[in-house]
Amino acid sequence: MQNINAIFKKEFRSYFNSAIAYIFITFFLGITSWLFFRTFFISGQAEMRGFFGIMPWIYLFFIPAVTMKLWAEEKKIGTAEILMTLPIRDYEVVLGKFLASFGLLTVTAIFSFGIPISVMYLGNPDVGTIVCGYLGLLLMGGAYLAIGLFASTLTENQIVAFILGITTCFVLLIIGEDIVLFSSPDWLYPIFSYLGLGAHYSSILRGVIDSRDIIYYLTIIGFFLYLSTLSVESRKWR
Amino acid sequence: MIEVRELTKSYGPTLAVNQVSFDAHAGEVVGFIGPNGAGKTTTMRILTCYLTADAGTATVAGYDVVENAIDVRKNVGYLPESAPLYADMGVVDYLKFMTEIREIPKSQRKERLRTVVDICGLEGVIQKDIGELSKGYRQRVGLAQSLIHDPPILILDEPTSGLDPSQTIEIRNLIKDIGREKLVLFSTHILPEVAATCDRILIISQGEIVANGTHDELISRIRSEDKLHVTIQGSEEAITPKLQELDGITKVSCVSSDNGIVKYEITTSQEGYYAAGDVYNVVVKNEWVLVELRQESVDLEQVFLHFTTGETSNITPAREVMRAEDATEEE
Repeated sequence: MQNINAIFKKEFRSYFNSAIAYIFITFFLGITSWLFFRTFFISGQAEMRGFFGIMPWIYLFFIPAVTMKLWAEEKKIGTAEILMTLPIRDYEVVLGKFLASFGLLTVTAIFSFGIPISVMYLGNPDVGTIVCGYLGLLLMGGAYLAIGLFASTLTENQIVAFILGITTCFVLLIIGEDIVLFSSPDWLYPIFSYLGLGAHYSSILRGVIDSRDIIYYLTIIGFFLYLSTLSVESRKWR
Repeated sequence: MIEVRELTKSYGPTLAVNQVSFDAHAGEVVGFIGPNGAGKTTTMRILTCYLTADAGTATVAGYDVVENAIDVRKNVGYLPESAPLYADMGVVDYLKFMTEIREIPKSQRKERLRTVVDICGLEGVIQKDIGELSKGYRQRVGLAQSLIHDPPILILDEPTSGLDPSQTIEIRNLIKDIGREKLVLFSTHILPEVAATCDRILIISQGEIVANGTHDELISRIRSEDKLHVTIQGSEEAITPKLQELDGITKVSCVSSDNGIVKYEITTSQEGYYAAGDVYNVVVKNEWVLVELRQESVDLEQVFLHFTTGETSNITPAREVMRAEDATEEE
């Protein structure tokens, strides 16, 4: 636990030591706020469905950018060699790095509270759905992060990690979209609709917290963190 | 403290380490030398549990590198080649991070930090980011990192590469100091460094250990005849026959002779210093003047070439290794 904490602190601080955290937070808030408020006043509805609705697509580009360096850079510079010869287990490093990126995501989510606060000031939104929305945002974000982290373990090139992360998230996202579901064979339909990254998020957005949705995201996170650990360990046998 | 038995590791078709076996004990500085791609780094990576060998076993500090990797790592300080560090971290932050992850008790962290900063001469740069440091200082931070938990075993991959001469000497002295109580295994390309610092030398070539012994042992192993350089004041006609009479002297050749100063190169089948004694006695007996008497020494460079390429002709090699020319990079 102490080890995971040490890795978490190091990585989390590294986001803020380099400009990554500030750039990420600024651009993320700038773009999401713009996209949200541009239709918010036209619709005249005091709700945040617009904000949450675009998130799967915003995350698609932002999250792999957060995770791309986590392993690729260590491998490229060679710091992985010191890190992985310290008395810590591979999974502890993987978990520490994941939690650090999750920490950045959480900080960003907190900074975006300006949006619900403005909405509440302007009207009378359903607070329950907003809370659910944020919960969904973190769960889905966690899944994206785990995927991005895995992509980063596969290469020492950050750009490759970024693109691999986007591609994997993109595929997992669109298989749950109606347009793919309708054109896919019948036997694939239930699998795709279950695996799609966005479907469970939409159901959480409706304000219903179903344990199946939460389990789905936790499973995806666990699965990709497990793959990351395997991938990190694979250096030993190659 | 380190026991390696028939360690073998290949990267795809390239055999990087082949049946390597050696022992190393506390209080020893062991120099690991060999051509590029000989398998030094791979061996070190296996010993630090970064890689796993295909075959063979290694125990470090009594722990198996596969079964008890965590215990091995606790007992080892490791500095990889070219000291890879996080450029965006401060020197202090980095070392603090290491104290945390090395599980040094909170009460001792400050003291350990101060000790390694002292040992590695980091006072001047302690407030800086690692990215701002020169190569030499980075190397020192890397060394500080490997020393921070006061490990019984230190494994250093080319610790002096990229340092200026005075820094190099400092690091060598440091290695010697540490090596009095602990085990230091370090690799290098610089041969005088090995001669200056190591109690024992391991020469690795093509993934195999081709020589293992002290500096003197290795030198005597490749030496089958000695050469003496002698300069005597006197006449060549008088001196040459007297020298040729001496026991164990196989060849006397006059290099130059002018103004009554004669230079000889003498080949002897005895140990050089016996023959030198005989030469001296002859000179004294005949009341010549001895201007120079010097034994040609075999240096480590010749030892290295001998074991890694089979060059240096006049010797019966303990083991034939003639393949270093096509040495392939290990990664």
